[in-house]
Parts: sequence; structure tokens; C-alpha cells
Amino acid sequence: MSVFSLAPRRVWLLAGYAAAASALLGAPLYLNDFRLNLLAKFLALAIVALGLDLLWGYTGVLSLGHGVFFGLGAYAMAMHLKLVASGGKLPDFMSWSGLTKLPWFWKPFGSPAFAMLAGLLLPMLLALLLGWFTFQSRIKGVYFTILTQALVIITTTLFVGQQAYTGGTNGITGYTTLFGLRLSDPRVKVWLYLVTAVALLAAFALCRYLAGSRFGRVLRAIRDGENRARFIGYDPSRYQVTAFCISAGLAGLAGMLFVLHVGIISPSMMGIVPSIEMVLWVAIGGRGTLVGAVLGAILMNGAKSLLSESYPELWTLLIGLLFVAVVIFMPRGLAGLVDLPAALRRRRERTDAGGGSGGVGGFGNAAGAEAGGAEGVRHSPV
Amino acid sequence: MGKRRKIWLSAMMLLLAGALALTGCGGGGGNTGSGGSSGSGGSSGANAGGSAGGESSGEGAASGDEGDEIKVGILHSLSGTMAISEVSVKDAELLAIEEINAKGGVLGKKLVPIVEDGASDWPTFAEKARKLLSEDKVAAVFGGWTSASRKAMLPVFEELNGLLWYPVQYEGLEASPNIFYTGATTNQQIVPSVTWLLENRGKKFFLLGSDYVFPRTANKIIKAQLAAEGGEVVGEEYTPLGHTDFSTIISKIRQADPDVVYNTLNGDSNVAFFKQLKDAGITAQDLTTLSVSIAEEEIRGIGADVLAGHLAAWNYFQTTDTPENRAFVEAYKAKYGRDRVTADPIEAGYIAVYLWAAAVEKAGTTDVDAVREAAKGIGFDAPEGKVTIDGDNQHIYKTVRIGEVQPDGMFKELWATDGPVKPDPYLTGYEWAAGLAEE
Repeated sequence: MSVFSLAPRRVWLLAGYAAAASALLGAPLYLNDFRLNLLAKFLALAIVALGLDLLWGYTGVLSLGHGVFFGLGAYAMAMHLKLVASGGKLPDFMSWSGLTKLPWFWKPFGSPAFAMLAGLLLPMLLALLLGWFTFQSRIKGVYFTILTQALVIITTTLFVGQQAYTGGTNGITGYTTLFGLRLSDPRVKVWLYLVTAVALLAAFALCRYLAGSRFGRVLRAIRDGENRARFIGYDPSRYQVTAFCISAGLAGLAGMLFVLHVGIISPSMMGIVPSIEMVLWVAIGGRGTLVGAVLGAILMNGAKSLLSESYPELWTLLIGLLFVAVVIFMPRGLAGLVDLPAALRRRRERTDAGGGSGGVGGFGNAAGAEAGGAEGVRHSPV
Repeated sequence: MGKRRKIWLSAMMLLLAGALALTGCGGGGGNTGSGGSSGSGGSSGANAGGSAGGESSGEGAASGDEGDEIKVGILHSLSGTMAISEVSVKDAELLAIEEINAKGGVLGKKLVPIVEDGASDWPTFAEKARKLLSEDKVAAVFGGWTSASRKAMLPVFEELNGLLWYPVQYEGLEASPNIFYTGATTNQQIVPSVTWLLENRGKKFFLLGSDYVFPRTANKIIKAQLAAEGGEVVGEEYTPLGHTDFSTIISKIRQADPDVVYNTLNGDSNVAFFKQLKDAGITAQDLTTLSVSIAEEEIRGIGADVLAGHLAAWNYFQTTDTPENRAFVEAYKAKYGRDRVTADPIEAGYIAVYLWAAAVEKAGTTDVDAVREAAKGIGFDAPEGKVTIDGDNQHIYKTVRIGEVQPDGMFKELWATDGPVKPDPYLTGYEWAAGLAEE
């Protein structure tokens, strides 16, 4: 199956990836410091969207709790940065909350390697625990979603309440250096941007690979018919837990990068609203298409930033309008526009044939994630 | 069917493209920008172009005071939970800017406010602060309300050496060289009010607050002070922000039977607490409550009938009797409506603009370091009375007042300090406070 034997569409796709990657990596050349910093933040958020899409778009498991995994990653990084910034003294919020010495669980975060590992593994571990108990006992669909919401409420309440250990509602802020490099140095910022862009591309490649692999096909099989997959001999819960863990790990990674660019993490960023917003990015961009998830995250956050700058009093209305418009007119999200001609053709054919096609649409389709995703979403009410 | 869909889709694309194009034009002020035309194209390059195009025109414009204009930033929450409080402060700051412009501006130049929305979200405050400083190159920013928003903005102002004027009473223990604090610190509100309560209302205190940094820190200070001055804490309760069920807490208050409930609840919780207190048959005659986050604006929301007789500690009331205040209240109402009220943070935002303008006039430039230096010792006849900037900690001398809510929603002043009180954010002047601030 050589590249050249494939349809021109595939070649265009590869060219598109190359163009997008070079546009991302070249951004420091044409954006000023401030805009680059914003873009870096959006790219970090796009990594969350990728993970969510793998879970929701490909496995059919809707998590409204990714703010927690994102937050855990972010806090792990923030704890390290805060310890470095405090330079051996007790972090400021601890002393005004009445602590006199560093709590034991803060101590290992003095090491950057530990902090980064924790930022990646803690969310995965939590996802493993939650996923194991829910998927094993075949809790799924809306019940799982409600559980993830409960996780959000528990975690934010805990973080707000334990002000002495977590900084409370203020969160953790006031960082200076990472690896001895000043975070405020513009050159360091460019490097951090590049690290984020590379992380996003790597995450994209990983998800793309997973989606196209046998693993990804099983995920889609589970999404489209969990019992059918089970009868064929797959254990859906294992696949669901794995997808949930990978997705949580990506959210943790995104959280770590987010903190580096934004300079603050607080419980409000792991709350219910941000968790739902993350799902919205995927929905707006196009569920079940990885490019759509990335674009959704970048465009929605970009629109939010730009609209709120231009219309500080009106922007919430405009964003709301945008949401409603996309949901009503573009049920398959932005990514759906790419396939518009094909979709219209299919629709006509389907109308002519007089009825929808069967449920196996997404199944044996090895042509690639894009097509698979597009097929899959057809099952949702259009 | 297919045709209709097509029309809808193209309408949608038009809308998207339109929104993005609008953003591009509105953002820069100039006409450079429009990555917006390719809005629905869906490549990441298009987005990057959009973000670049919209604002790049600001780059060449250089710092705030070139030409005959000086740009200043106004950064409050115009959306989200804090909007209800912060919008009035924004209005007061815009009023001050308008008045200053009417009198000829600063250094002969017009002030041009650039308003941004912090959206009740701390990272957004940091993002917008960075935008105001590095994109718009404003000479100063007036903004913030919650401590969390200030803490989020602080590193940005220190990194880019900007000036933030913060207009709300807060928990103290901070003095950044890049922030001027025109609201009260603890020794200008909480500490004197506790002393007054001990002398006039009783020794047994019940501490009630929302669960975040300001109430917890304030109560830590109050407990140290009560221990030193012979008071007693009979209860201490925190509720999550937005909590509305106070039946358990009210029965705890009944059991503890305090002389005073010292209330640091914030926002909606106050509505629920005072309504339920009234429903439980406890009136201001039975129990003294003193609040530090309820001003005229909040009374309007909660209802004057529910709050009548309860106390609050501030530096300014709408009823404060100075000629400056009569003029301020008149101007505020004339501009924003007869039904609007003024309150402490509103006044603090208003005087912040005047103090900054006076410092710039004295410095002869808007350069941050020069303005900071010039600001030391600058005074102003504010609506609350004479205020002066303390050069040591960049807070201001303020008169402390305790007032009682009247049935018309205004305060009747019960007590005030003889003159402005020197700010002491780290409470260094109080022996009992020695262990509170580590630094």
C-alpha cells in the first residue's frame, strides 16, 4: 500500500499536514511575543482536545472530567515552579495559611524530573483507578459521564478547601525559573512555544497512529456496538480503560505546558465549566476527526481571545452565537466542512436509496481516521 | 433538502467569516488586519494569520504617551460572577478619565481608556494584563477586584514593569513595587472595626466567611487580635463561594450565642445568609453583625429591608459628608442613572485615576519608574476625605468608618477615625501580629 497508489485526497492530506506543521513551527517568525504566547496556550489546550477526541470521538466514551486531569498535570508543574521561585523558603501562600514547614508530599516536587513524571502519571493513575472500577462493572454512557462530573466537583472542592496545601481559590502563581532559565526571557518563551508545538505534533502523531492501528479499530468497534465487539471476543473494558488513561495522560501533559505559558493554575481551571468547554472544542471542531479536535481548540480559544479584545462587553454573546450556529448548521463540526461535497453526495444517494445505511459504517474502514470518523458520526442524529 | 442545507451552510460560513473579519478590523484600531477572510478554511495557518493580522498594527505605535494621547488600561470582569461588582468600578474609572479629559487631560494629552474583560477568570486577567502592557503599551492599568485576580496579574506587571492600580479592600501582606493599592488594607478596615466592636458590642465573636483567601487570612488576623485584646472566638465557619443554605450555620450561631458575627462572606452567599437570619427571627437588635464585603451596591441586591440595622466597615459611604463626595455622587448619577449608587470600591477606583494623573503631572512623564517615584506622598481631596500615597508600601492613608444600614439602603455613619490612618499591610505596628507575616 504505497503512498502513490492512494487517492489524490490522501496526498492532499499529507501535504496539508506538512503545511500545518511548518506553519506551527515557523510561528515565532511571524508572531510577536504576546501573540506567540497566546498561540502556545492554545496549542497546549489542543493537546487536551486530541486526548478527548480519542476517548469520545473514537471510543464513544464522553468524559466531562478532563479538567481534573488537566489540572493535576498543571498543579504538578506549578508545585515545582513555586518551590523553585520560593528558593528554599516556604511558598508564600503556605505561610499566610499558617503552615510552618513544607508538607511531605511537596518535597519531591523540588526535582523537575519528578514533577514532570508526576504531571504525566498522576492523571493516568487516577484515570486507571476510575476507569477500572467503572468500565469493569460495565458502567457506561451517561452514568460514566455523571461520574466524571462528580470527580470534578470532588477535586475542585478539595483543592479550594485545602488552601494551606494547594493555594485555595487563588491557585499557585508567581514563578520565576525552569531549569535555571528565566521564564520571562523572550528567548525562553520561544523555546517553550516550540516545545509545545512539538508536543502537539507528537501527540497528534500518536493519536493518528493509534486510531489507524488495530487498537483504534477495536475502539471504533466498541463505539459502534459494544456488545458486538464483546461477542467477537474483545474485552471492551480493557480498551476503554486504556483509551481513558492515554487521554488523561495527554490532558496532564497539556496542563504542564499550560502552566508554563500562562503562569497560574487555580481550581477554577479544573472546574465544571472548563471541563465542558474542552468537550465543546472537540464538538465544534468535529468529533471523531483528530484535525477537527485540534482546530476546534485553537479556533475557539482564538476566537474567544480576539472577540473579547475587540468587544469586551459583547463577546460572550458572540461566542454563544457561534456555538449555537455551529451546532445547528454544522452538526459534524468544522472538520465536516472539508467533506462537504462528499457528504452532500452521500446524502443525495442515501435519500435516493430511501433509508440510512447499517451500523457497520466505521468498522472495516482502514482508509484512515478521517474517513472513519466521518462515517462514524453519521450515526448521530444529523 | 440538499439545497436548503447548502444555503444554511453558506449562511453559516458567511457568519463565521464575518465574525472573524470584524475581529480583525476592530482589534487593531488600524486597517491592517484581516486574516479573517479565510475564516472557515480550516487550516491552522489561517488561524495563525488571523491572530497576527488583528493586532499587529499596535506594534509600531510605541509607548502610551506619544502623540497627543495617553493610553490607559481598564481591566475588570465585565462577564461572569464578578461582573455585578466590577462593572460599577469600571464605570467610575471611566468617569474619572472623562472628567480629567474635560479639564485638559494629563500633561496636556487626552487619556484614552482601553477596556478589557477579565471575565471573572484569573488566567484571563493575566492574559489581558499582558495584552494591555505589551500590545497596547498602556501607561497604567486600573483593575482587578478579587485577591486571586490581583495575584494572577502581579507577575505580569512585575515582569513587564507596568503599573496596576488596585481599588478594593484586601487581606494585606503584600506590597509589590508595581501595584498601587487604593483600597483598605487590614489595619484600615478590619483591625479598627474589631477594636470598636470589642469596646461597643461585646467580647464573643463568631467568624463567618466564604472559603477563600481573603476571609481565611482576615480571620487569622482577627483571631490574633482578639487573643491580644481580650476577645473570644466562639465559632469559625467557612462556606464555599456561592453557598446558599445557612440553616446549619444559623443554628450553630444560636448555640454559640456570640455578641458579634464578623462576616467575611462574599457575593450571593450574603443574600442567603441575611434572608435566612431574618427568617429565623434574628434581627439586628438581637445580634450585631459586621460585614466587610457589603456596600451600597450589595445592599441594593440583597434588599435594604433585610439588612437594615446591620453594620459594615469601610472607608467611604455614599452618605459621607464632604463637598468632593457630593460632586462625585452627582456626577456618577448624572452619567449612569439616578438609580445607581456609589460605594467604597467604586470610589477607590475613581480616586486611583486621579492619584495616577497627579503623579504623572508631577513626574512630567508616564514612565513607570518616574511615576512611581513621583507618587510618593501625593495627596488628593477624595470623596472620602484627604488621601495620601504612602511611598513605603504604595498603599494610601484612608479614614476608617463604621456604618449602620438604613431602611433606604444607605449607611448612617456610627464612628470614624479622627483622620486618615497610615497603611500598614504587614501589620508591623501591632505586637500581636508578629507571627502572621513570615517575611
